[in-house]
Amino acid sequence: MAKITFITQAGDSLELEADSGSVMELAVNNSVPGIDGDCGGVCSCATCHVHVAPEDWKKTGAPGDMEKDMLEFDDNVSEFSRLSCQIPVTEALDGITLKVAN
Amino acid sequence: MEKTANQTCLIIGASHAGVNAAFALRRQGWKGRIALFDRDPELPYHRPPLSKGFLSGDTSVEESLLKGLNSYEAEKIELHTGRSISGIIRDEKLVKLSDGTSHHYDALILATGARPLIPPIAGVREHENIFALRTATDARSIRNAFVDSAGKRVVVIGGGYIGLEAAASLRKLGGEVTVLEREDRVLARVTSPEMSAYFTDLHQTQGVVIATNRNVAAVGKNDDGLKVNCADGSQYPADLIIVGVGVSVNSELAENAGLRTANGILVDGKMRTSDPGIYAIGDCTTFHHPRYEREMRLESVQNAVDQAKVAAANICGTPTEYSSIPWFWSDQFDVKLQMCGLSTGYDQLVIRQETGDDPHQRSYWYFAGNQLLAVDAINHARAYMLGMKLLKDGKNPNPERLRDATLELHPRTILA
Repeated sequence: MAKITFITQAGDSLELEADSGSVMELAVNNSVPGIDGDCGGVCSCATCHVHVAPEDWKKTGAPGDMEKDMLEFDDNVSEFSRLSCQIPVTEALDGITLKVAN
Repeated sequence: MEKTANQTCLIIGASHAGVNAAFALRRQGWKGRIALFDRDPELPYHRPPLSKGFLSGDTSVEESLLKGLNSYEAEKIELHTGRSISGIIRDEKLVKLSDGTSHHYDALILATGARPLIPPIAGVREHENIFALRTATDARSIRNAFVDSAGKRVVVIGGGYIGLEAAASLRKLGGEVTVLEREDRVLARVTSPEMSAYFTDLHQTQGVVIATNRNVAAVGKNDDGLKVNCADGSQYPADLIIVGVGVSVNSELAENAGLRTANGILVDGKMRTSDPGIYAIGDCTTFHHPRYEREMRLESVQNAVDQAKVAAANICGTPTEYSSIPWFWSDQFDVKLQMCGLSTGYDQLVIRQETGDDPHQRSYWYFAGNQLLAVDAINHARAYMLGMKLLKDGKNPNPERLRDATLELHPRTILA
Protein backbone atom coordinates (compact mmCIF):
# COMPACT_ATOMS: atom_id res chain seq x y z
CA MET A 1 0.00 0.00 0.00
CA ALA A 2 1.28 3.45 -0.93
CA LYS A 3 -0.06 6.70 0.48
CA ILE A 4 0.09 9.54 -2.05
CA THR A 5 -0.75 13.19 -1.36
CA PHE A 6 -2.23 15.32 -4.15
CA ILE A 7 -2.18 19.11 -3.87
CA THR A 8 -4.81 20.65 -6.15
CA GLN A 9 -4.61 23.99 -7.98
CA ALA A 10 -7.00 25.34 -5.35
CA GLY A 11 -4.44 24.38 -2.70
CA ASP A 12 -6.46 21.49 -1.23
CA SER A 13 -4.55 18.48 -0.01
CA LEU A 14 -5.93 14.98 -0.68
CA GLU A 15 -4.34 11.90 0.82
CA LEU A 16 -5.13 8.72 -1.12
CA GLU A 17 -4.00 5.11 -0.93
CA ALA A 18 -3.59 2.40 -3.55
CA ASP A 19 -1.69 -0.81 -4.08
CA SER A 20 -1.97 -1.21 -7.85
CA GLY A 21 -2.84 0.59 -11.08
CA SER A 22 -1.40 3.94 -12.06
CA VAL A 23 -1.27 7.19 -10.12
CA MET A 24 -3.66 8.67 -12.72
CA GLU A 25 -6.25 5.94 -12.05
CA LEU A 26 -6.01 6.58 -8.31
CA ALA A 27 -6.61 10.28 -8.89
CA VAL A 28 -9.45 9.79 -11.39
CA ASN A 29 -11.24 7.30 -9.16
CA ASN A 30 -11.12 9.79 -6.35
CA SER A 31 -12.08 12.76 -8.53
CA VAL A 32 -8.92 14.77 -7.90
CA PRO A 33 -9.67 18.07 -9.71
CA GLY A 34 -7.36 18.71 -12.67
CA ILE A 35 -6.50 15.06 -13.33
CA ASP A 36 -8.83 13.87 -16.06
CA GLY A 37 -7.02 10.98 -17.76
CA ASP A 38 -9.18 11.46 -20.85
CA CYS A 39 -7.28 8.96 -23.02
CA GLY A 40 -7.53 6.22 -20.40
CA GLY A 41 -3.84 6.11 -19.63
CA VAL A 42 -2.13 5.55 -22.98
CA CYS A 43 0.05 8.68 -22.90
CA SER A 44 -2.05 10.39 -25.59
CA CYS A 45 -3.67 13.42 -24.00
CA ALA A 46 -1.53 14.99 -21.23
CA THR A 47 -4.60 15.58 -19.02
CA CYS A 48 -2.97 13.94 -15.98
CA HIS A 49 0.05 16.22 -15.58
CA VAL A 50 1.57 16.50 -12.08
CA HIS A 51 4.61 18.15 -10.53
CA VAL A 52 6.46 15.77 -8.25
CA ALA A 53 7.77 17.28 -5.00
CA PRO A 54 11.55 17.67 -5.63
CA GLU A 55 12.43 15.48 -2.66
CA ASP A 56 10.28 12.66 -4.12
CA TRP A 57 11.72 12.80 -7.64
CA LYS A 58 13.98 9.82 -6.94
CA LYS A 59 10.96 7.71 -6.02
CA THR A 60 8.93 8.44 -9.17
CA GLY A 61 11.89 8.55 -11.52
CA ALA A 62 12.18 10.65 -14.68
CA PRO A 63 9.73 10.51 -17.61
CA GLY A 64 10.27 8.17 -20.57
CA ASP A 65 11.05 9.56 -24.03
CA MET A 66 7.48 9.77 -25.31
CA GLU A 67 6.25 11.18 -22.02
CA LYS A 68 9.01 13.80 -22.10
CA ASP A 69 7.89 14.80 -25.60
CA MET A 70 4.27 15.08 -24.44
CA LEU A 71 5.34 17.35 -21.59
CA GLU A 72 7.86 19.64 -23.24
CA PHE A 73 5.41 22.10 -24.78
CA ASP A 74 2.84 22.01 -21.98
CA ASP A 75 2.28 25.50 -20.58
CA ASN A 76 2.91 24.40 -17.01
CA VAL A 77 5.88 22.12 -17.51
CA SER A 78 8.57 22.09 -14.82
CA GLU A 79 11.73 20.08 -14.27
CA PHE A 80 9.64 17.83 -11.99
CA SER A 81 6.78 17.20 -14.43
CA ARG A 82 5.34 13.72 -14.99
CA LEU A 83 2.21 12.33 -16.63
CA SER A 84 0.64 10.42 -13.78
CA CYS A 85 -0.72 7.70 -16.10
CA GLN A 86 2.90 6.68 -16.65
CA ILE A 87 3.65 6.23 -12.94
CA PRO A 88 2.65 2.76 -11.70
CA VAL A 89 1.68 2.60 -8.04
CA THR A 90 4.26 0.66 -6.01
CA GLU A 91 5.26 0.52 -2.35
CA ALA A 92 8.19 2.73 -3.27
CA LEU A 93 5.84 5.68 -3.84
CA ASP A 94 4.62 5.64 -0.23
CA GLY A 95 4.62 9.14 1.21
CA ILE A 96 5.16 11.14 -1.99
CA THR A 97 3.48 14.46 -2.74
CA LEU A 98 2.26 15.45 -6.21
CA LYS A 99 1.00 18.87 -7.21
CA VAL A 100 -1.68 18.89 -9.92
CA ALA A 101 -0.25 20.94 -12.79
CA ASN A 102 -3.44 22.25 -14.44
CA MET B 1 -25.52 26.22 -5.85
CA GLU B 2 -27.55 25.58 -2.66
CA LYS B 3 -30.73 26.05 -4.66
CA THR B 4 -29.92 22.87 -6.58
CA ALA B 5 -30.14 20.77 -3.41
CA ASN B 6 -33.70 19.74 -4.20
CA GLN B 7 -33.21 19.56 -7.96
CA THR B 8 -32.53 16.61 -10.21
CA CYS B 9 -30.27 16.32 -13.22
CA LEU B 10 -30.89 13.23 -15.34
CA ILE B 11 -28.33 12.08 -17.88
CA ILE B 12 -29.29 9.68 -20.65
CA GLY B 13 -26.22 7.79 -21.82
CA ALA B 14 -23.37 6.73 -19.52
CA SER B 15 -20.31 6.63 -21.71
CA HIS B 16 -17.51 9.20 -22.01
CA ALA B 17 -19.86 12.19 -22.34
CA GLY B 18 -22.51 11.23 -19.80
CA VAL B 19 -20.16 10.01 -17.07
CA ASN B 20 -17.89 13.03 -17.39
CA ALA B 21 -20.94 15.31 -17.24
CA ALA B 22 -22.09 13.68 -14.00
CA PHE B 23 -18.75 14.16 -12.26
CA ALA B 24 -18.31 17.66 -13.72
CA LEU B 25 -21.71 18.64 -12.29
CA ARG B 26 -20.53 17.67 -8.81
CA ARG B 27 -17.26 19.55 -9.28
CA GLN B 28 -19.24 22.62 -10.41
CA GLY B 29 -21.30 22.44 -7.23
CA TRP B 30 -24.53 20.66 -8.19
CA LYS B 31 -25.96 19.56 -4.83
CA GLY B 32 -29.07 17.65 -5.90
CA ARG B 33 -29.77 14.29 -7.40
CA ILE B 34 -27.74 13.13 -10.40
CA ALA B 35 -28.85 9.95 -12.18
CA LEU B 36 -27.20 8.30 -15.18
CA PHE B 37 -29.07 5.85 -17.41
CA ASP B 38 -27.66 3.54 -20.05
CA ARG B 39 -28.90 0.54 -21.93
CA ASP B 40 -25.45 -1.07 -21.68
CA PRO B 41 -25.45 -3.31 -18.57
CA GLU B 42 -21.74 -2.79 -17.79
CA LEU B 43 -20.02 -0.37 -15.50
CA PRO B 44 -19.10 2.47 -17.94
CA TYR B 45 -15.78 1.87 -19.69
CA HIS B 46 -13.35 3.54 -22.06
CA ARG B 47 -14.38 2.75 -25.63
CA PRO B 48 -11.13 3.39 -27.55
CA PRO B 49 -9.38 0.25 -26.16
CA LEU B 50 -12.18 -1.98 -27.48
CA SER B 51 -10.67 -2.02 -30.99
CA LYS B 52 -7.09 -1.77 -29.71
CA GLY B 53 -5.70 -3.39 -26.56
CA PHE B 54 -8.88 -5.24 -25.72
CA LEU B 55 -9.08 -7.15 -29.01
CA SER B 56 -5.37 -7.93 -28.94
CA GLY B 57 -5.71 -9.15 -25.35
CA ASP B 58 -3.41 -6.55 -23.79
CA THR B 59 -6.09 -5.05 -21.56
CA SER B 60 -9.49 -6.06 -20.19
CA VAL B 61 -12.68 -4.01 -20.01
CA GLU B 62 -12.43 -4.24 -16.21
CA GLU B 63 -9.06 -2.47 -16.39
CA SER B 64 -10.55 0.24 -18.60
CA LEU B 65 -13.40 1.59 -16.49
CA LEU B 66 -14.14 5.30 -16.77
CA LYS B 67 -14.54 5.38 -12.97
CA GLY B 68 -14.55 2.74 -10.26
CA LEU B 69 -17.90 1.88 -8.67
CA ASN B 70 -16.75 3.53 -5.43
CA SER B 71 -16.40 6.87 -7.27
CA TYR B 72 -20.10 6.92 -8.18
CA GLU B 73 -20.98 6.09 -4.57
CA ALA B 74 -18.62 8.69 -3.15
CA GLU B 75 -20.07 11.43 -5.38
CA LYS B 76 -23.67 10.21 -4.90
CA ILE B 77 -24.14 9.66 -8.61
CA GLU B 78 -26.86 7.10 -9.33
CA LEU B 79 -25.90 4.69 -12.07
CA HIS B 80 -28.79 2.87 -13.74
CA THR B 81 -27.23 0.46 -16.22
CA GLY B 82 -29.08 -1.98 -18.46
CA ARG B 83 -32.04 0.41 -18.64
CA SER B 84 -33.57 1.83 -21.77
CA ILE B 85 -35.52 5.03 -22.15
CA SER B 86 -38.86 5.08 -23.95
CA GLY B 87 -39.49 8.81 -24.11
CA ILE B 88 -39.17 12.34 -22.80
CA ILE B 89 -42.28 14.32 -21.83
CA ARG B 90 -41.03 17.88 -21.91
CA ASP B 91 -44.24 19.52 -20.65
CA GLU B 92 -44.00 17.53 -17.43
CA LYS B 93 -40.19 17.33 -17.33
CA LEU B 94 -40.35 13.56 -17.19
CA VAL B 95 -38.15 10.84 -18.59
CA LYS B 96 -39.98 7.56 -19.09
CA LEU B 97 -38.20 4.22 -18.97
CA SER B 98 -39.15 1.10 -20.91
CA ASP B 99 -39.90 -0.67 -17.61
CA GLY B 100 -42.78 1.78 -17.04
CA THR B 101 -41.15 3.91 -14.36
CA SER B 102 -40.57 7.61 -14.86
CA HIS B 103 -38.19 10.18 -13.39
CA HIS B 104 -38.66 13.92 -12.99
CA TYR B 105 -35.88 16.27 -14.04
CA ASP B 106 -35.00 19.91 -13.54
CA ALA B 107 -32.12 19.61 -16.00
CA LEU B 108 -31.71 16.88 -18.60
CA ILE B 109 -28.58 15.92 -20.54
CA LEU B 110 -28.78 13.74 -23.65
CA ALA B 111 -25.55 11.81 -24.19
CA THR B 112 -27.07 9.12 -26.35
CA GLY B 113 -24.12 8.69 -28.71
CA ALA B 114 -24.35 6.73 -31.90
CA ARG B 115 -24.67 3.13 -33.01
CA PRO B 116 -22.88 1.23 -35.74
CA LEU B 117 -24.41 1.63 -39.14
CA ILE B 118 -25.27 -1.75 -40.64
CA PRO B 119 -25.39 -1.23 -44.40
CA PRO B 120 -28.09 -2.91 -46.50
CA ILE B 121 -25.90 -5.79 -47.63
CA ALA B 122 -27.76 -9.01 -48.43
CA GLY B 123 -27.18 -11.57 -45.68
CA VAL B 124 -25.36 -9.25 -43.31
CA ARG B 125 -27.90 -9.75 -40.52
CA GLU B 126 -28.59 -13.42 -41.17
CA HIS B 127 -25.43 -15.21 -40.21
CA GLU B 128 -23.44 -15.80 -37.05
CA ASN B 129 -19.99 -14.34 -36.57
CA ILE B 130 -20.76 -11.00 -38.20
CA PHE B 131 -20.12 -8.17 -35.78
CA ALA B 132 -20.15 -4.43 -35.40
CA LEU B 133 -17.81 -2.90 -32.82
CA ARG B 134 -19.12 -0.34 -30.39
CA THR B 135 -19.67 -2.01 -27.01
CA ALA B 136 -17.72 -4.24 -24.64
CA THR B 137 -20.11 -7.06 -25.57
CA ASP B 138 -19.26 -6.58 -29.25
CA ALA B 139 -15.55 -6.68 -28.49
CA ARG B 140 -15.85 -9.81 -26.34
CA SER B 141 -17.93 -11.51 -29.03
CA ILE B 142 -15.34 -10.72 -31.69
CA ARG B 143 -12.51 -11.90 -29.51
CA ASN B 144 -14.29 -15.16 -28.63
CA ALA B 145 -15.29 -15.86 -32.22
CA PHE B 146 -11.72 -15.22 -33.31
CA VAL B 147 -10.20 -17.46 -30.65
CA ASP B 148 -12.73 -20.24 -31.42
CA SER B 149 -12.36 -20.08 -35.19
CA ALA B 150 -10.28 -22.70 -36.94
CA GLY B 151 -8.97 -20.60 -39.80
CA LYS B 152 -8.65 -17.17 -38.09
CA ARG B 153 -9.79 -15.60 -41.36
CA VAL B 154 -11.14 -12.10 -40.72
CA VAL B 155 -12.79 -9.77 -43.21
CA VAL B 156 -13.24 -6.18 -42.09
CA ILE B 157 -15.82 -4.26 -44.10
CA GLY B 158 -14.81 -0.59 -43.97
CA GLY B 159 -11.32 0.94 -43.83
CA GLY B 160 -11.94 3.67 -41.26
CA TYR B 161 -10.10 3.99 -37.96
CA ILE B 162 -12.17 1.35 -36.15
CA GLY B 163 -11.81 -1.11 -39.01
CA LEU B 164 -8.05 -0.57 -39.32
CA GLU B 165 -7.52 -0.80 -35.56
CA ALA B 166 -9.51 -4.03 -35.37
CA ALA B 167 -7.57 -5.38 -38.36
CA ALA B 168 -4.24 -4.55 -36.70
CA SER B 169 -5.27 -6.05 -33.34
CA LEU B 170 -6.39 -9.35 -34.89
CA ARG B 171 -3.42 -9.51 -37.25
CA LYS B 172 -1.16 -9.19 -34.20
CA LEU B 173 -2.86 -12.35 -32.88
CA GLY B 174 -2.05 -14.19 -36.10
CA GLY B 175 -5.28 -13.59 -37.98
CA GLU B 176 -5.46 -13.67 -41.76
CA VAL B 177 -7.03 -10.27 -42.16
CA THR B 178 -8.53 -8.55 -45.21
CA VAL B 179 -9.91 -5.00 -45.16
CA LEU B 180 -12.49 -4.19 -47.84
CA GLU B 181 -12.92 -0.49 -48.55
CA ARG B 182 -15.54 0.98 -50.86
CA GLU B 183 -13.57 4.12 -51.73
CA ASP B 184 -10.28 4.14 -53.63
CA ARG B 185 -8.30 4.54 -50.38
CA VAL B 186 -8.68 3.72 -46.69
CA LEU B 187 -9.55 6.58 -44.29
CA ALA B 188 -10.92 8.43 -47.32
CA ARG B 189 -13.51 10.39 -45.34
CA VAL B 190 -11.21 11.40 -42.52
CA THR B 191 -7.71 12.16 -43.73
CA SER B 192 -5.38 13.04 -46.60
CA PRO B 193 -4.33 10.68 -49.43
CA GLU B 194 -0.78 10.77 -48.04
CA MET B 195 -1.91 9.47 -44.64
CA SER B 196 -4.09 6.85 -46.33
CA ALA B 197 -1.03 5.69 -48.28
CA TYR B 198 1.03 5.50 -45.10
CA PHE B 199 -1.53 3.33 -43.30
CA THR B 200 -2.10 1.13 -46.34
CA ASP B 201 1.63 0.48 -46.49
CA LEU B 202 1.83 -0.16 -42.73
CA HIS B 203 -0.94 -2.77 -42.90
CA GLN B 204 0.38 -4.44 -46.03
CA THR B 205 3.87 -4.68 -44.55
CA GLN B 206 2.33 -6.41 -41.54
CA GLY B 207 0.50 -8.87 -43.77
CA VAL B 208 -3.00 -7.37 -43.84
CA VAL B 209 -4.67 -7.45 -47.27
CA ILE B 210 -6.13 -4.04 -48.13
CA ALA B 211 -8.59 -4.16 -51.02
CA THR B 212 -10.00 -0.80 -52.13
CA ASN B 213 -12.82 -0.03 -54.57
CA ARG B 214 -14.64 -3.05 -53.13
CA ASN B 215 -18.36 -2.61 -52.86
CA VAL B 216 -19.68 -5.47 -50.75
CA ALA B 217 -22.84 -6.84 -52.35
CA ALA B 218 -23.68 -9.90 -50.28
CA VAL B 219 -22.56 -12.09 -47.43
CA GLY B 220 -23.24 -15.81 -47.67
CA LYS B 221 -22.31 -19.02 -45.96
CA ASN B 222 -21.17 -22.42 -47.18
CA ASP B 223 -19.35 -25.43 -45.71
CA ASP B 224 -16.13 -23.47 -45.64
CA GLY B 225 -17.63 -20.69 -43.53
CA LEU B 226 -18.68 -17.16 -44.44
CA LYS B 227 -17.99 -15.58 -47.79
CA VAL B 228 -18.11 -11.96 -48.78
CA ASN B 229 -19.10 -11.19 -52.37
CA CYS B 230 -18.22 -7.84 -53.90
CA ALA B 231 -19.99 -6.13 -56.77
CA ASP B 232 -16.91 -6.58 -59.01
CA GLY B 233 -17.12 -10.36 -58.62
CA SER B 234 -14.30 -10.71 -56.11
CA GLN B 235 -14.96 -13.08 -53.23
CA TYR B 236 -13.40 -13.33 -49.77
CA PRO B 237 -13.81 -16.31 -47.41
CA ALA B 238 -14.04 -15.55 -43.69
CA ASP B 239 -14.52 -17.12 -40.28
CA LEU B 240 -15.69 -13.81 -38.92
CA ILE B 241 -16.65 -10.45 -40.35
CA ILE B 242 -16.39 -7.06 -38.70
CA VAL B 243 -18.57 -4.27 -40.07
CA GLY B 244 -17.07 -0.83 -39.51
CA VAL B 245 -18.65 1.54 -41.99
CA GLY B 246 -19.67 4.40 -39.74
CA VAL B 247 -22.49 5.20 -37.36
CA SER B 248 -26.10 6.32 -37.10
CA VAL B 249 -26.71 9.02 -34.51
CA ASN B 250 -28.99 8.09 -31.63
CA SER B 251 -31.22 11.12 -32.03
CA GLU B 252 -34.63 9.40 -32.02
CA LEU B 253 -35.40 10.26 -28.38
CA ALA B 254 -34.71 13.91 -29.13
CA GLU B 255 -36.70 13.85 -32.38
CA ASN B 256 -39.67 12.18 -30.73
CA ALA B 257 -39.57 14.83 -28.02
CA GLY B 258 -39.75 17.53 -30.69
CA LEU B 259 -36.19 18.79 -30.29
CA ARG B 260 -34.44 20.12 -33.40
CA THR B 261 -32.12 17.65 -35.09
CA ALA B 262 -30.08 17.58 -38.31
CA ASN B 263 -27.57 14.75 -38.56
CA GLY B 264 -27.49 14.90 -34.77
CA ILE B 265 -29.17 16.81 -31.99
CA LEU B 266 -28.71 20.53 -32.64
CA VAL B 267 -27.07 22.39 -29.77
CA ASP B 268 -25.76 25.92 -29.28
CA GLY B 269 -22.32 26.84 -27.96
CA LYS B 270 -23.53 26.17 -24.40
CA MET B 271 -24.70 22.66 -25.42
CA ARG B 272 -28.38 23.63 -25.09
CA THR B 273 -30.86 21.97 -27.42
CA SER B 274 -33.84 23.82 -28.84
CA ASP B 275 -35.39 23.30 -25.36
CA PRO B 276 -33.17 25.42 -23.07
CA GLY B 277 -33.75 23.00 -20.16
CA ILE B 278 -32.33 20.09 -22.15
CA TYR B 279 -28.66 19.78 -23.06
CA ALA B 280 -26.98 17.36 -25.45
CA ILE B 281 -23.30 16.35 -25.56
CA GLY B 282 -20.88 14.05 -27.34
CA ASP B 283 -21.19 12.02 -30.55
CA CYS B 284 -24.92 12.73 -30.81
CA THR B 285 -24.62 16.53 -31.20
CA THR B 286 -24.38 18.79 -34.20
CA PHE B 287 -23.04 22.22 -33.32
CA HIS B 288 -21.52 25.36 -34.77
CA HIS B 289 -17.81 25.34 -33.96
CA PRO B 290 -16.65 28.95 -33.50
CA ARG B 291 -13.06 28.13 -34.45
CA TYR B 292 -14.09 26.70 -37.83
CA GLU B 293 -17.25 28.77 -38.34
CA ARG B 294 -19.29 25.82 -39.53
CA GLU B 295 -21.68 23.15 -38.28
CA MET B 296 -20.12 19.82 -37.39
CA ARG B 297 -20.55 16.59 -35.54
CA LEU B 298 -17.48 14.99 -33.99
CA GLU B 299 -17.04 11.40 -32.86
CA SER B 300 -14.26 11.51 -30.32
CA VAL B 301 -13.41 11.22 -26.65
CA GLN B 302 -12.13 14.80 -26.64
CA ASN B 303 -15.41 16.18 -27.94
CA ALA B 304 -17.45 14.06 -25.52
CA VAL B 305 -15.42 15.08 -22.47
CA ASP B 306 -15.13 18.78 -23.34
CA GLN B 307 -18.80 19.16 -24.21
CA ALA B 308 -19.66 17.40 -20.94
CA LYS B 309 -17.69 20.00 -18.99
CA VAL B 310 -19.31 22.88 -20.90
CA ALA B 311 -22.82 21.54 -20.28
CA ALA B 312 -22.11 20.99 -16.58
CA ALA B 313 -20.72 24.51 -16.15
CA ASN B 314 -23.75 26.09 -17.83
CA ILE B 315 -26.22 23.98 -15.84
CA CYS B 316 -24.45 25.10 -12.66
CA GLY B 317 -24.69 28.78 -13.62
CA THR B 318 -21.22 29.48 -15.04
CA PRO B 319 -21.78 30.62 -18.64
CA THR B 320 -19.30 28.70 -20.81
CA GLU B 321 -18.98 28.29 -24.60
CA TYR B 322 -17.47 25.30 -26.35
CA SER B 323 -14.44 26.16 -28.50
CA SER B 324 -11.98 23.27 -28.00
CA ILE B 325 -9.38 22.31 -30.57
CA PRO B 326 -10.26 18.77 -31.64
CA TRP B 327 -7.78 15.98 -30.93
CA PHE B 328 -7.85 12.27 -31.65
CA TRP B 329 -5.55 9.29 -31.50
CA SER B 330 -5.29 5.83 -33.02
CA ASP B 331 -3.04 2.86 -32.23
CA GLN B 332 -2.29 0.34 -34.97
CA PHE B 333 0.50 -2.24 -34.68
CA ASP B 334 3.36 -0.42 -32.98
CA VAL B 335 2.34 2.90 -34.42
CA LYS B 336 0.67 5.66 -32.44
CA LEU B 337 -1.11 8.33 -34.46
CA GLN B 338 -1.99 11.56 -32.68
CA MET B 339 -3.96 14.27 -34.43
CA CYS B 340 -4.89 17.82 -33.50
CA GLY B 341 -6.97 20.39 -35.33
CA LEU B 342 -9.10 19.65 -38.40
CA SER B 343 -7.46 19.45 -41.82
CA THR B 344 -10.65 20.09 -43.82
CA GLY B 345 -10.01 22.71 -46.49
CA TYR B 346 -6.19 22.48 -46.51
CA ASP B 347 -4.30 23.51 -49.66
CA GLN B 348 -0.78 22.67 -48.56
CA LEU B 349 0.59 19.60 -46.80
CA VAL B 350 4.10 19.58 -45.35
CA ILE B 351 5.47 16.15 -44.46
CA ARG B 352 8.32 16.10 -42.02
CA GLN B 353 10.16 12.76 -41.95
CA GLU B 354 12.49 12.40 -38.97
CA THR B 355 15.86 10.78 -39.48
CA GLY B 356 16.26 8.96 -36.15
CA ASP B 357 16.06 5.28 -35.27
CA ASP B 358 12.31 4.95 -35.84
CA PRO B 359 11.57 4.99 -39.60
CA HIS B 360 7.88 5.61 -38.83
CA GLN B 361 8.47 8.83 -36.95
CA ARG B 362 7.02 11.65 -39.02
CA SER B 363 4.40 14.39 -38.98
CA TYR B 364 1.93 15.82 -41.47
CA TRP B 365 1.25 19.55 -41.20
CA TYR B 366 -1.85 20.90 -42.95
CA PHE B 367 -2.10 24.55 -44.02
CA ALA B 368 -4.64 26.81 -45.72
CA GLY B 369 -2.47 29.57 -47.15
CA ASN B 370 0.02 30.19 -44.36
CA GLN B 371 -2.45 29.25 -41.62
CA LEU B 372 -1.80 25.99 -39.77
CA LEU B 373 -4.98 23.88 -39.62
CA ALA B 374 -3.99 20.50 -38.26
CA VAL B 375 -1.15 18.12 -37.46
CA ASP B 376 -1.09 14.33 -37.80
CA ALA B 377 1.86 12.89 -35.89
CA ILE B 378 3.06 9.31 -36.19
CA ASN B 379 5.15 8.01 -33.28
CA HIS B 380 5.86 11.66 -32.67
CA ALA B 381 4.35 13.05 -29.48
CA ARG B 382 6.58 16.10 -29.74
CA ALA B 383 5.15 17.10 -33.12
CA TYR B 384 1.63 16.54 -31.81
CA MET B 385 2.10 18.62 -28.69
CA LEU B 386 3.91 21.36 -30.59
CA GLY B 387 1.12 21.40 -33.17
CA MET B 388 -1.46 21.67 -30.40
CA LYS B 389 0.44 24.56 -28.80
CA LEU B 390 0.76 26.45 -32.11
CA LEU B 391 -2.95 25.96 -32.85
CA LYS B 392 -3.85 27.22 -29.38
CA ASP B 393 -1.57 30.24 -29.71
CA GLY B 394 -2.69 30.91 -33.30
CA LYS B 395 0.91 30.75 -34.57
CA ASN B 396 1.92 29.52 -38.02
CA PRO B 397 5.20 27.70 -38.60
CA ASN B 398 7.38 28.28 -41.65
CA PRO B 399 6.69 25.33 -44.01
CA GLU B 400 10.23 25.20 -45.40
CA ARG B 401 11.87 25.13 -41.99
CA LEU B 402 9.30 22.65 -40.75
CA ARG B 403 10.11 20.24 -43.58
CA ASP B 404 13.85 20.40 -42.81
CA ALA B 405 14.37 17.51 -40.37
CA THR B 406 17.94 18.64 -39.69
CA LEU B 407 16.41 21.56 -37.75
CA GLU B 408 15.18 20.73 -34.26
CA LEU B 409 11.39 20.65 -34.02
CA HIS B 410 10.97 23.63 -31.71
CA PRO B 411 9.09 26.96 -31.84
CA ARG B 412 12.36 28.90 -32.01
CA THR B 413 13.37 27.11 -35.23
CA ILE B 414 10.11 26.59 -37.07
CA LEU B 415 8.53 29.97 -36.29
CA ALA B 416 11.60 31.83 -37.57
